[in-house]
Amino acid sequence: MTTRNAAPRLTLRERLNRADVKITPYALVSPYFILFALFGVFPMAYTLYASLHEWKLGNAERTFVGLDNYEFLLTTYDRFNWSVVNTLGMFIMATVPQIVCAMMVANALNKRLRRPMMWRMLILAPIVTSVVAVGVIFARIWGAEYGMVNGALELIGIDGIDWQTGRLSSWLAISSMVDWRWMGYNSLIFLAAMQTIPRNLYEAATVDGATPRQQFWKITIPQLKPVLIFTVFVSSVGGMTLFVEPMMFGSGRLNGGADGQFQTTAMVLVDILRTHGNYGISAAAGWLLFAVIGIVAAINFLVVNRIQGNK
Amino acid sequence: MSTATAPRPAAPVAEPPKPPKPPRRKRAKRPIESDGVFAPTVMTRIGLAFVAVLSIFPLYWMIVIASRVSSDASGFPPALLPGGNLGEHIQEALTNPEANLLLGLRNSLIITGTVTFSVVLLSTLAGFAFAKLRFRGSKILMATVLFSMMVPLQQLGVVPLYMVMVELEWLDTLQAVILPFLINGFGIFMMRQYVDQAIPDEIIEAARIDGATTFGIWWRIVLPALRPAMVVLGLLTFMLNWNEFLWPFMVLSEQNPTIQLAIRQISTATWAADLSMIFTGTLISIIPIAILFVVFGRQIVHGIMEGSGK
Repeated sequence: MTTRNAAPRLTLRERLNRADVKITPYALVSPYFILFALFGVFPMAYTLYASLHEWKLGNAERTFVGLDNYEFLLTTYDRFNWSVVNTLGMFIMATVPQIVCAMMVANALNKRLRRPMMWRMLILAPIVTSVVAVGVIFARIWGAEYGMVNGALELIGIDGIDWQTGRLSSWLAISSMVDWRWMGYNSLIFLAAMQTIPRNLYEAATVDGATPRQQFWKITIPQLKPVLIFTVFVSSVGGMTLFVEPMMFGSGRLNGGADGQFQTTAMVLVDILRTHGNYGISAAAGWLLFAVIGIVAAINFLVVNRIQGNK
Repeated sequence: MSTATAPRPAAPVAEPPKPPKPPRRKRAKRPIESDGVFAPTVMTRIGLAFVAVLSIFPLYWMIVIASRVSSDASGFPPALLPGGNLGEHIQEALTNPEANLLLGLRNSLIITGTVTFSVVLLSTLAGFAFAKLRFRGSKILMATVLFSMMVPLQQLGVVPLYMVMVELEWLDTLQAVILPFLINGFGIFMMRQYVDQAIPDEIIEAARIDGATTFGIWWRIVLPALRPAMVVLGLLTFMLNWNEFLWPFMVLSEQNPTIQLAIRQISTATWAADLSMIFTGTLISIIPIAILFVVFGRQIVHGIMEGSGK
């Protein structure tokens, strides 16, 4: 500041100082942008390029084919469209009950409990489990022959179900994995937001004779709107890129059951790349998946906004 | 059901690390007010206890089966008490040459350790710059960071990133799994928030007048003040990367796996149709994170809650 029009001759120290103030900030933030360019922007652009070519692993030859790869996925390769249906179905089955439960648990945790930290840690405990481990454990819980769920069903006189073969039944089993791992985490996010709601809102409502239930719907839920939008967004991205849970449910394979009844789009993408070595088509699948995520996120945003407005 | 009164299973995560006597708990100090809403009812406690049991049960059951013989896992009601074979099973799992568990643990430790160290360090640097230094374009650059957090690059980028690794002949090397994860937008965002709150501008101005360089300010003022945030970011990063699956699955082979890949192998291999072996391997893969959770659970809970509140 003071050096701007000051003495014409600067000492070396002053010059170094100036350079330090001007240049060092860029040095400090540069690692992120270098890595982001190399492993973020470049791959994205390159995927677009690859998706317009017929291009296979170990084959230097590539030919421009326009939108043929996209057309192939959308019209010829049935598994792709079904994978979008499967992914959407599992996303809804996993997310809706999860957010409702997380909201109720957060509301309970927000009360004046003894040992609040103990409760929070108990609820959060599933997050220590890796997704692979969740898949290993839950695949057995939902097992057709010796699984715990079927065991319980047989006790009340219902024949065991082969959860893997049906579309809806496999979705249910896979959704349970997602719910179990993430419900506690989301409750804590909601709890954090609930704690920022001014208490005098509730005091005033109590004076006016509002019941706890009314206070939950009229005060808590509207105040949670921003965090609800955030959570739904994160869940949309996570849900639409579901990969490990269905793979582990299908004994670690990428086909998602005999008829692909629980094959997600991410699994199709990886399958095309790893099993068939087809760069072009898997790149196109990547962009289509990206588009689907965008659409789902936008719809969710509109829905969450709406519900809030009416209450 | 009698779930509410059932004894809490002795899972490794069940105990809080410290007796709960936090000095700054606003709620406890306040006079009792609006009790109608915040007083827990019996239903609140039963409901929470039920959810807590559901949270713990699959983990507990994994330990039970890992410590018994496989046939105990079938039927209903399932076996509910641990048996005596756990030590033997762990030894068997670790020494089985086909299971690659030790190699998986080693690889995962190297990868996760490197990534965590780098993420924490680089995030404090960039977070400090964005919070306290004035430079041209800082707003746009920060907006880029925030925007990049929202884009699911992993799925979209997986194809070309794989092609790049093929070109570089990095397939099946650890650097292929480490390099793309050395820094992320979330870390920068979190550190920027924390620097903003924890360090007043005046301290930095004063240090400048005393002749401190930018780097010196970071080292002597910012880093010491950021220690709690660094612990939280380190824990979250470690957990996330320990559990990472998709990218290692793409580039590493079955002969050189991470612990997660090793678990997938065990659970699908025919020689390991033995369920208690599979669950033992799975248990081993969870132990490092479970230890972190028991020791630092309080910080992890705070980290998740604070990271979201803004």
